Amino acid sequence: METSQKDFAFDVKKVRNDFPVLSQKVYGKPLVYFDNAATTQKPKVVIDTLKEMYSEHNSNIHRGVHYLSEKMTDRYEAARQKVQAYLNAKSYQEIIFTSGATGAINAAAFSFGEQYVKAGDEIIVSEMDHHSNIVPWQMLCGRKGAKLRVMPINERGELLLDEYKKLFNAKTKIVAVAHASNSLGTVNPVKEITAIAHKNNVPVLIDGAQAIQHGKVDVQEMDCDFYAFSGHKIYGPTGTGVLYGKERFLNEMPPYQGGGDMISRVRFEHTTYNDLPFKFEAGTPNYIGAVGLGAAIDYLNGLGLEKVQRYEKELLDYATAKLAAIQGLKIYGTAAEKICIFSFLLAGVHPYDAGMILDKMGGIAVRTGHHCTHPLWEHYKIEGTIRASLVFYNTFEEVDFFCETIKKVQKMFN
Amino acid sequence: MTIKETQEEIISEFAAFDDWLDKYNHLIELGKKLPPLDQKLKTEDNLIRGCQLKVWFHSTFKDGKVFFEVDSASTITQGIIFLLIRILSGQAPAEIKNADLYFIDKIGLRENFSPSRANGLYKMERQMKLDAAHYETELKAGEGG
Repeated sequence: METSQKDFAFDVKKVRNDFPVLSQKVYGKPLVYFDNAATTQKPKVVIDTLKEMYSEHNSNIHRGVHYLSEKMTDRYEAARQKVQAYLNAKSYQEIIFTSGATGAINAAAFSFGEQYVKAGDEIIVSEMDHHSNIVPWQMLCGRKGAKLRVMPINERGELLLDEYKKLFNAKTKIVAVAHASNSLGTVNPVKEITAIAHKNNVPVLIDGAQAIQHGKVDVQEMDCDFYAFSGHKIYGPTGTGVLYGKERFLNEMPPYQGGGDMISRVRFEHTTYNDLPFKFEAGTPNYIGAVGLGAAIDYLNGLGLEKVQRYEKELLDYATAKLAAIQGLKIYGTAAEKICIFSFLLAGVHPYDAGMILDKMGGIAVRTGHHCTHPLWEHYKIEGTIRASLVFYNTFEEVDFFCETIKKVQKMFN
Repeated sequence: MTIKETQEEIISEFAAFDDWLDKYNHLIELGKKLPPLDQKLKTEDNLIRGCQLKVWFHSTFKDGKVFFEVDSASTITQGIIFLLIRILSGQAPAEIKNADLYFIDKIGLRENFSPSRANGLYKMERQMKLDAAHYETELKAGEGG
């Protein structure tokens, strides 16, 4: 059956109406929200879900036999199953709710380290990774006397897989790498990266914070051993996130935090731990947030991930061409495969100044600075960039307006 | 001129601007006038780090007056630094330490001093007063001893 253009038609105007934040004015101009890599806006259905949960259904989970508690527990576990389905994980026991990608990676690094890492061991990270996928591993190395090894990139912002292969030796214990770069937009070949690591009997953790919202993520197909993401970057609430881990590892790893709910039996002499996934969910979780995350996943599935991905690719190609045509603008991150992120500099204009004027002049929200990737900018020998990060509720008209405003900013400083 | 007199002068200069664009264009002009900092002074010790940009800050104490040399890579920040130096540099330590920099609000630049801006200005304003307090202590010790 032929797929017609209509099957992929994306009514961005209609979709924008789902997001209340987008209809506001900033300094008298319509908000142009190009800071989605920092956080995404929330559809009304997610906001309404949170309101409904707090207004009508709030009760702590896993703790009571009363009606409200049972119902909220059901909703929380249903959200877990939604995440399991979204990631195509084998079992709900492999889905741990966390406070975000940073919480997930810290938990993984700590627990994995306790079980498997000792003095002299090595951990591979990449030059492009976010601090949240570097510092927890550095801290682990500090605790255990292990060493960090770094996967380098080329000028386009692509990982050098041949150099990566050379990093492995008998001491390598884990590879931790971003699925997509928050600074460059590069989408990494995570399946290949994982295969290479597995050939060396080394597990892989993928930081999916910037990839989870842009297309299908299939952890079984990827065969990664851990996958982390933040709920607030996939149109869900802040304070939510997920650590996916293969059962085999999660069963062997000790818990990260101790407290209520992660235990089976507590005695002062010895405490036993709960089954997965609860072993890794100490204390009262952000259960309403998790339900909100479930609603966000439902929303995204309702739009159609393929449609979203296709539209965002069109936006990426359009914006890349328009930005490349601006004199004095240099784009950092020109990988063959990207999400819709543009890091760039304007000759003669400091990013901080550009960001401020784009905001005041055009109501345009971009991010400036090093975007929590200090080592990456050391590679390029710059202090940071202006970053625009677009998603499916951004428009071609916004891109046009962005480019016009950039030219006005350039005139102001040069 | 006293700190207050210089602030009043600046406030009346900025009153001439109709909108934020004119104001920021003027800041850019001022920023271009800021003398560049001697490369020798651009050290780690003199760096006030903000998340978004760096500010180099150096103070000296001579003949009972504090002098500031400051630089940043952001032109708008340089413009704001130009104004702060115009007001505070060459004044007595006690005057700087106790200065009420009300001009920042009067000319609508308060947002630039917010810690969330992470542009170093918030820390720099504090550093100017800390250094002034330190020199005041030195001065008093010298007089007492």
